[in-house]
Amino acid sequence: MAIAKRAPTDLAKQTFEYAPAPEAIDHVKIEPRYGLFIGGKMVAPHSKKHFPTINPATEQKLSDVVEADEVDVDHAVKAADKAFEGWSRLTPSRRARYIFRLSRIIQERARELAVVETMDGGKPIKESRDVDIPLAAAHFFYYAGWADKLEWAFANRKPRPLGVAGQVIPWNFPLLMLAWKIAPALAAGNTVVLKPAETTPLSALLFADICMQAELPPGVVNIVTGGGKTGSLVVTHPAVKKVAFTGSTEVGKLIARSLAGTGKRLTLELGGKAANIVFDDAPLDAAVEGIVNGIYFNQGHVCCAGSRLLVQESIAEPLLEKLKLRLGTLRLGDPLDKNTDIGAINSKAQLEKIEELVESGVEEGAQIYQPECKLPERGFWFPPTLFTNVSQSYRIAREEIFGPVLSVLTFRTPAEAVEKANNTPYGLSAGVWTDKGSRILWMAERMRAGVVWANTFNRFDPTSPFGGYKESGFGREGGRHGLMPYLELV
Amino acid sequence: MPGAKNGNGRVEVRKTYKLFINGEFVRSESGRAYRFDGNINIPRGSRKDLRDAVRAARGAVSGWSARTAMNRGQILYRAAEMLDGRRAQFVELLGSARAAHKEVDDAVEALVWYAGWTDKLAQVIGATNPVSGPYFNFTIPEPTGVVGIIAPEEPALVGLVRRMAPALCGGNALVVLAPEQTPLPALTLAEVLATSDLPAGVVNVLSGFRKELLPWLASHMDVNAVDVAGCTPDEVTEIEKAAADNVKRVVKHAAGEMSPYLITAFMEMKTVWHPVGV
Repeated sequence: MAIAKRAPTDLAKQTFEYAPAPEAIDHVKIEPRYGLFIGGKMVAPHSKKHFPTINPATEQKLSDVVEADEVDVDHAVKAADKAFEGWSRLTPSRRARYIFRLSRIIQERARELAVVETMDGGKPIKESRDVDIPLAAAHFFYYAGWADKLEWAFANRKPRPLGVAGQVIPWNFPLLMLAWKIAPALAAGNTVVLKPAETTPLSALLFADICMQAELPPGVVNIVTGGGKTGSLVVTHPAVKKVAFTGSTEVGKLIARSLAGTGKRLTLELGGKAANIVFDDAPLDAAVEGIVNGIYFNQGHVCCAGSRLLVQESIAEPLLEKLKLRLGTLRLGDPLDKNTDIGAINSKAQLEKIEELVESGVEEGAQIYQPECKLPERGFWFPPTLFTNVSQSYRIAREEIFGPVLSVLTFRTPAEAVEKANNTPYGLSAGVWTDKGSRILWMAERMRAGVVWANTFNRFDPTSPFGGYKESGFGREGGRHGLMPYLELV
Repeated sequence: MPGAKNGNGRVEVRKTYKLFINGEFVRSESGRAYRFDGNINIPRGSRKDLRDAVRAARGAVSGWSARTAMNRGQILYRAAEMLDGRRAQFVELLGSARAAHKEVDDAVEALVWYAGWTDKLAQVIGATNPVSGPYFNFTIPEPTGVVGIIAPEEPALVGLVRRMAPALCGGNALVVLAPEQTPLPALTLAEVLATSDLPAGVVNVLSGFRKELLPWLASHMDVNAVDVAGCTPDEVTEIEKAAADNVKRVVKHAAGEMSPYLITAFMEMKTVWHPVGV
């Protein structure tokens, strides 16, 4: 093949012209200003403070949202507390029907949600359209079916709901994380106060509208917007019986400390530094796609991202050549364009964090590779990046970057791969690429991680429990196991 | 009390109570002891003893958890046999009343019950998950790693056994803080475990002052979980604060509980996506 004879760097420089293919946004209505969703309706806040939420691809303001204060959070928790008795005693099959409705309305309004998700968060429309929103709907559909089957879920135990769940979610998969939190909580008979991330509140506020459309009983779901302070008010409110948090390990530890001695139930889904391990017998082209999906999916804003590539030494050279080639074909730009692979970095603060860590990688002696890539003038952008010549002690190999930055390390034996993969305080996920089924299971047994993907990566399903070992948190979301944090088993 | 008796003119050979670390009976590296029941010296474990115990436990995790479920069950059952065989000794330690007999019975029963769970747990607690895609997706319980157990003061034997057995059943290695006021059953239980084919380091028993050891156990970065059944509410609060440093699991199940859910409280759920294809 002629293509193989050209130097990869030349190939990477090739430009593939695509006509713009922007997703229509005229069917989406974003209010200039939002209130809070409390007691079944949008209400004016007590707080006088609003803050803008912007489109990170254009830096244009989309809307103003409330920074909910103590009084607002108290209203929301009281509304949830008031709704708890009715909701928890509602005939389970009726509870199920409301949750099924939520799932259906998400499907019906899928494109609207996808567009808002992409505008508010910066992720490519093909991801919000094909991954985030369908999975969110599927999650509600799965847990809806559990609502009237809880007695069958846990052998020899009677399940009881806990009360008000206080839930704080991140900005990387806003609606999907909302679904992971709200669906099992409601199915188990709890009511909810949810705080979406500061930079991505809009899909949660659209979900508030969906709750109203579904005629969900007032107060069963309450949504308060704000930053870290608001989140802290939600989780520490005395009437909140259960706290669920997805976000950074740093904040997770703060929350755990702030709840010490309160008796509140807690689940944490925190950071990661996953190893994606490629053996010499792996189908290389498939592995390259998996590596790309592992770290460049959603700009690397993924807690379970495969941010450390461990490649067997004998194939490191050809694999990296293919990988660099592939990086050159990734299309970075307008997240609303259907051909875009890499969207905008979620916020200025996140971009600065990525830049700082990448700089540390260069300073510590790693070799940086970035394909030629034109960054738009406005907005927050970072090109797909990979580092070779990385030592395990470098910050880029130890710290969660949460950006499109891959650190490449090599290994010789399976035992060395295991040791390097587990050499981290995190333990959320791992990937294994090999043609040998027995090796997949041998490796899977040894990974100290809650999710192990073999010959795939970043795959999610509502039936499949997800969560971390070690400092990646505790508790599982998804599957039967995902019900447990929301139930008392008596 | 045992060790203090001196009947029929016989001069009893008293036992030196020791810590149990990495399969060996050792004195505290600190050289310190505290007086118990008049004239028994109980080793007063130190922060360094705790460090040694955690290191031993960490070293033992991979071997113990890699044992077959059946083998772990057999070893726990063996511990029940050894405990039953020393019934008279434990009854004497516990006060020679009917309650003491009952307590030894209950402790033996706990070991036998959990011995039978080792090879059933994954079937009851695990799952295969019908995901939308060409993957065989399954979830299995795995040990969390090194578990600190703060034994309740009372009941001194069965209280401890009911916490240790589920954590061991799941394949963890333990660092046990013996009750401060009633340390003898815990220290003597180490002798039972030492003769039960349990690999060295899987259970380590420290005696000493709780106030002195608890903060180090709770904040140790290589301990994955702490069982606080034997703690006061104030102690639990302090432990929870310190445990946050490395996201330790703080297990708060009711003290007397016997259930597979207690085993899984010391375990992690692992989900594997295995490809399906020709």
